Amino acid sequence: MALTVVAMALQRNLFSVVVLSSAYSLLMATVLFALDAADVAMTEAAVGAGVSMVLLLGALALVGGGEAKPLHRPALPLALSVAVGAVLAYGLQGLPAFSDPHAPIHTHVAPRYLKEGPKETGVPNVVTAVLASYRGYDTLGETIVVFTAGAGVIALLRRVRSRRK
Amino acid sequence: MKSDLILRVIAKLLMPFTLLFAVYVQFHGDFGPGGGFQAGVIGAAAVVFYSIIFGLPAGRRLAPERLVEAMLAAGVLLYAGVGLAGIALGGNYLDYFVLGADPVAGQHRGIFWIEAGVALTVAGVMLKLFYMFAGRSRDL
Amino acid sequence: MSAIFDHYPYWVTIFLMIAGTYIVIARGNLLKKLIGLAVLQTSVYLLYIAPGKIVGGTVPIVAERFILYSNPLPHVLILTAIVVGVATLALGLAIVVRIREAYGSIEEDEILARDRADGDRAAQ
Repeated sequence: MALTVVAMALQRNLFSVVVLSSAYSLLMATVLFALDAADVAMTEAAVGAGVSMVLLLGALALVGGGEAKPLHRPALPLALSVAVGAVLAYGLQGLPAFSDPHAPIHTHVAPRYLKEGPKETGVPNVVTAVLASYRGYDTLGETIVVFTAGAGVIALLRRVRSRRK
Repeated sequence: MKSDLILRVIAKLLMPFTLLFAVYVQFHGDFGPGGGFQAGVIGAAAVVFYSIIFGLPAGRRLAPERLVEAMLAAGVLLYAGVGLAGIALGGNYLDYFVLGADPVAGQHRGIFWIEAGVALTVAGVMLKLFYMFAGRSRDL
Repeated sequence: MSAIFDHYPYWVTIFLMIAGTYIVIARGNLLKKLIGLAVLQTSVYLLYIAPGKIVGGTVPIVAERFILYSNPLPHVLILTAIVVGVATLALGLAIVVRIREAYGSIEEDEILARDRADGDRAAQ
């Protein structure tokens, strides 16, 4: 996966970048599945590798491929990103170890969802239960965001004939 | 790509199964991985696939733009409507317990309609985005 | 040494985040910047999902044979974030397409140069 990302950063032909990003999404989906996130992996595979690839290719056909110029000064951005990474690595030392069952994330709300969720909602898939029921407001907001983004694209790309005349 | 026999046959074979899988993911989302978001994306992907193989006009015939735009709004309205139904039946906004005879049945009904609304909006948005990008020609 | 191995998914997250930031800052091409932003976004997915995993646990679908499940809450948050992410990516792409139509280019330098030239002409 890391190799794909490096290849994406170095590649200048935009078409190969798009194809690589699709492969990257698929790899990401397998990683997410290995982390027990079946619903998320499914979404990532369908969205990342499927739909966003089609959208990127569609946009690519409109704007034309090929990045014109090589990097002028790669040193400064690289230094900046690595500095951000160093700060993150420093913060990392304060996090609980991976898969520690006593980490705060596993002791707060999750046990209640897992224990009471199926009883209260009658839905064994806890992810669906939390998504639609416990966090219904969140999901309503997300749906509205998706709707608004769609409306924004329509507003931007709708053909305006009268203006040109 | 319209003239390629293999692609045409494969597309015709895959289309019903992809749509069936979308429906399965939608209604089986309570028991296995899946739900409105995934089902919407998969359903839209099926139509996108069809339009890539058979050309955009064929895709537009299958899912007319007017219908897609209506889906976009209908999903959000359905979602908000479920919330209002909760109020009308004497509960809070997005309160599912009052929707059915007993609380668990009410939860089931609420989740079902919510997921339907999500799937409608997501499928509509994805299809509409595809139409917008694909339907635009490159000339300025 | 254990400090490294205890946190290895987080190291992957950090690497992806660095790569995404680098692509966004260093590349002049707007489409490439958007893809870099997408990489940055996937690193955040990983940041959320990785702490929820318990080794030996299973997918959070309750069944009788299992007692240990991974944390479902981050899954819900990220699930919606992915779909919202693709919608906003499409919005960004639409803006890029419009910029290409207005300026004839999607390279940041050329767009800035044209803006500056227009500004100079307006000043005269």
